[in-house]
Amino acid sequence: MRYSLGSIIANAVSGQRLWPMAWRKAAPKPSYDAIIVGGGGHGLATAYYLAKEHGLTNIAVVEKGWLGGGNVGRNTTIIRSNYMLPDNTRFYEWSLKLWENLSRELNFNAMVSQRGVINLAHTPAQLDAYARRGNAMRLAGVDAELLDRDEVARRVPGLDVSDQARFPILGGICQPRGGTVRHDAVAWGYARAADRLGVDIIENCEVTGFVYDGERVAGVDTTRGRIEAPKVGVAVAGSTSQVMRLAGFERLPIESHVLQAFVSEGLKPFLDTVVTFGAGHLYISQSDKGGLVFGGDIDGYNSYAQRGNLPIVEDVASSAVAMFPSLARIRLLRSWGGIMDMSMDGSPIIDRTPKPGLYLNAGWCYGGFKATPGSGWCFAHTIARDEPHPLNAAFSLDRFRTGALLDERGAGATPRLH
Amino acid sequence: MRIPCPFCGPRSVSEFTYEGDATVVRPPLDADPDTWFAAVYERTNPRGSHQEIWHHIQGCRSFLRVSRDTATHAIQGAAMIAPEGADE
Ligand SMILES: Cc1cc2nc3c(=O)[nH]c(=O)nc-3n(C[C@H](O)[C@H](O)[C@H](O)COP(=O)(O)OP(=O)(O)OC[C@H]3O[C@@H](n4cnc5c(N)ncnc54)[C@H](O)[C@@H]3O)c2cc1C
Ligand SMILES: [Zn+2]
Repeated sequence: MRYSLGSIIANAVSGQRLWPMAWRKAAPKPSYDAIIVGGGGHGLATAYYLAKEHGLTNIAVVEKGWLGGGNVGRNTTIIRSNYMLPDNTRFYEWSLKLWENLSRELNFNAMVSQRGVINLAHTPAQLDAYARRGNAMRLAGVDAELLDRDEVARRVPGLDVSDQARFPILGGICQPRGGTVRHDAVAWGYARAADRLGVDIIENCEVTGFVYDGERVAGVDTTRGRIEAPKVGVAVAGSTSQVMRLAGFERLPIESHVLQAFVSEGLKPFLDTVVTFGAGHLYISQSDKGGLVFGGDIDGYNSYAQRGNLPIVEDVASSAVAMFPSLARIRLLRSWGGIMDMSMDGSPIIDRTPKPGLYLNAGWCYGGFKATPGSGWCFAHTIARDEPHPLNAAFSLDRFRTGALLDERGAGATPRLH
Repeated sequence: MRIPCPFCGPRSVSEFTYEGDATVVRPPLDADPDTWFAAVYERTNPRGSHQEIWHHIQGCRSFLRVSRDTATHAIQGAAMIAPEGADE
């Protein structure tokens, strides 16, 4: 069923009983033209673009849990393209353009809200760095505005912009086209659109091994039996090292770390943009239900636990209160963790691997949600054509060996710092 | 998470700085580029028991080798890292 005003009215008068399932509960067939491992945002988007852009419809997405149970449903929903290195800027800007038309394209309301992303500056050096980044962005055709303190105060009323603030605010940089997206809707929308093009989405099916024909990949073994395919794409975020070990890759330029997120009790409208703290690490926005959604640094040590520790809770909460003193007595409703595939230079990998037919999409650190459409689009191209698109050519797996790193933060080979 | 420092006793993780995978060995300066590449960039990143270095920066300042499960955060033990060449 196509969602439309007509379908809403038809369901309203028939007691909401006509809605079909958004996607079929597919059982694995013995073989496909391609298999995507991981039904997160990236895997589902990859399947959708493989079917839509490359006509590959005999494909399966294999997910060990349920759709939306991974990071795609755990993130703080921020999208933006305010990078400085040209390869990152081009890629994330393409992703942002895909977001801008996504709800219409998928016929599913992803609630893409371009409410702007403001990064605060607390020192003259930081403001200079933002001016430089903003100029780089504008040269690349991306929107950016430098804000002085009065303008920051006008746009974000609750902020402490006084000289008495713990870290006085001097100004900021804004990307007006940045914002937030309803993250679950991204998983559901891509799943439904891919399913409508014939893609089998197989939940509760864990990949437990890889099948090779000589060096060439020939399929996967799963908890629901063997599935053959000449092409296999892996997009499993925090589980990358685990899954790639099954494929014969003992070591990768990736560490898994836990990142926490927090939601407060519901408030009346308080914040209509996304704000990030420049003196520590905090990003905060308000959901349509009224809860403040925020997060900060990763916990900082290798983890697969999907839950973090209390020192970071305290750290994040104190940053929030340093920015918005009026939040001091707000109660937290929920917090959780997700496992980040932290790469060694902070940038992602979308590439072929040394094994023919096996492709890798990984290393998203904590910025992979905004990349979802662009990543799926580029990974689909890489798999279908067996070569990267120019937009992801720099996200190569061997750049760590050749030295062509994309180290946006200049933090070196220290994953916990990216 | 509390790390059992052999000198200070069990202390909150917030007193420590994480220094990463303790199994990585710094190669000799004249090692070939592939060896350096592996040491600088490649990690086994296990789910389960992990050997790692923690610095008790807000305590006794020792560097510790900690054995910790990355799936449960359970800590099996911590020992001082002996200076190179010293008897264990
Ligand atoms: C708390 C938090 C906040 C974040 N905030 C932001 C943000 O504001 N903006 C932003 O851009 N990014 C953010 N991110 C990062 C972003 O969420 C991730 O980079 C991105 O979602 C990862 O891609 P994915 O959606 O494909 O991952 P996932 O949804 O994790 O998908 C991977 C899937 O692979 C499956 N899988 C694993 N092993 C197997 C196997 N053996 N067989 C089959 N399936 C398997 C998993 O079950 C999982 O569903 C945040 C992340 C977290 C945790
Ligand atoms: Zn100590």
